[in-house]
Amino acid sequence: MHPFTYQRPSTLDEAVRLLDEHGPAARIIAGGTDLMLGLRDYSTQPDVVVDLKRVPELEPAIRQLDGRLSISSGTVMADIEVHPVVLQHFHPLAEAAAVVGSVQIRNRATLAGNICNASPAADTAPPLLVYDATVVAHGPNGPRRIPIDEFFVRSRQTTLRRGELVTAIELPHPPRATAGAYLRITRRRGTDLASVTLCCTVDEAGITRIAFGSVGPRPLAFTDSSGVLADPEGSETTRRAILEPMLSAAAPSARSVRASPEYRLAMLRVLAERAVGRAIERLIGGSGT
Amino acid sequence: MTHRLPIELTLNGRPQRVDVEVHHTLLEVLRDQLGLTGSKECCLVGECGACTVIVDGRSVNSCLMLAVEADGHEVRTVESLARAGDLNELQRAFLDKGATQCGFCIPGQLMSAEALLEHNPDPTVEEIHEALAGNLCRCAGYEQITEAVLAAAEALRR
Repeated sequence: MHPFTYQRPSTLDEAVRLLDEHGPAARIIAGGTDLMLGLRDYSTQPDVVVDLKRVPELEPAIRQLDGRLSISSGTVMADIEVHPVVLQHFHPLAEAAAVVGSVQIRNRATLAGNICNASPAADTAPPLLVYDATVVAHGPNGPRRIPIDEFFVRSRQTTLRRGELVTAIELPHPPRATAGAYLRITRRRGTDLASVTLCCTVDEAGITRIAFGSVGPRPLAFTDSSGVLADPEGSETTRRAILEPMLSAAAPSARSVRASPEYRLAMLRVLAERAVGRAIERLIGGSGT
Repeated sequence: MTHRLPIELTLNGRPQRVDVEVHHTLLEVLRDQLGLTGSKECCLVGECGACTVIVDGRSVNSCLMLAVEADGHEVRTVESLARAGDLNELQRAFLDKGATQCGFCIPGQLMSAEALLEHNPDPTVEEIHEALAGNLCRCAGYEQITEAVLAAAEALRR
């Protein structure tokens, strides 16, 4: 494994100072489930690994703030997938957290790590996009709030600046009754990265949000305000007419080992129609909020 | 420049102090420095589960955790299961049900199952499958492993 020096800051300011001082030569370890792979195959070779688990502000916590749910950056998937407020109000995020890796991975992997690695296949990205999450970062100039749609650039690239780290991810409570579903395609259940990911929510005003990933350099989000997608009586043809311009933004790589572009594009359409249907069912069935 | 750090952890119920290289994994330190070779080194990418240990009550891949991250925490390995040479219910159920074939994955399977039963004393088959999804068995003894976990859960509830 690549050798490095190890720093364990005990304050947020100290963590930021270390990250600012070392810039790209520093890597953060929170859960470590992605970082350790890179260290072992030498694809990442940091001089310094900064462990954030002794920073009090980042300790695992899911809190209700005014009109929004705040998930601290130390919070692991296993805590998110069973959290009552997440299950009740942001069900697709719980569904996404529950399919990351295995139990062992979910006991270590953090939500913040999932988005900071910015894998196009990150399971939690589509739900965070449809719920218009905000990434709360802290850097040399203090805190900064970044809309999740402005956070992802491409694989392993976010809009975080030198010295910045994520302190929390916030989800605003939807203003109207909303229900949704997260779906994905993998080669096998458990411990596999997704070949296609997709999340859809519909609300009682007929607004549909769709976000998908693993079919291009970054996950993408779209909105249908026409009410067509959310219409329980809507025909397949009319739904497809709305979905197609959204889904045509997908540009899967031909180099992936997991699935061919043709397969991904075909499955993206299957998932979209399935997720829209499931979101509508859940809204009508009252299992949304 | 700190490359070596002393860490203190509770290991299988006892306080343990050890100096570790900061780039060494918990698995390496358990096996190579502390002589606990029950946890197996296999895929080293968190996919096979042969290195599974329980940290603060939760199953984790010890190949994906730095030893320094265990500082101040409670770690249990497969060596903690048997008491005074007597196998615990779970281990006995693995033997009774023929769940142990070549044996290489079994320490990890046991620790995932142990963590499951501590949180959920009455798991369904589906819950067992999910809890052990991160533990691969190349002998494909999955049916027997599931049966063993069910039998151990029943025995422990009695």
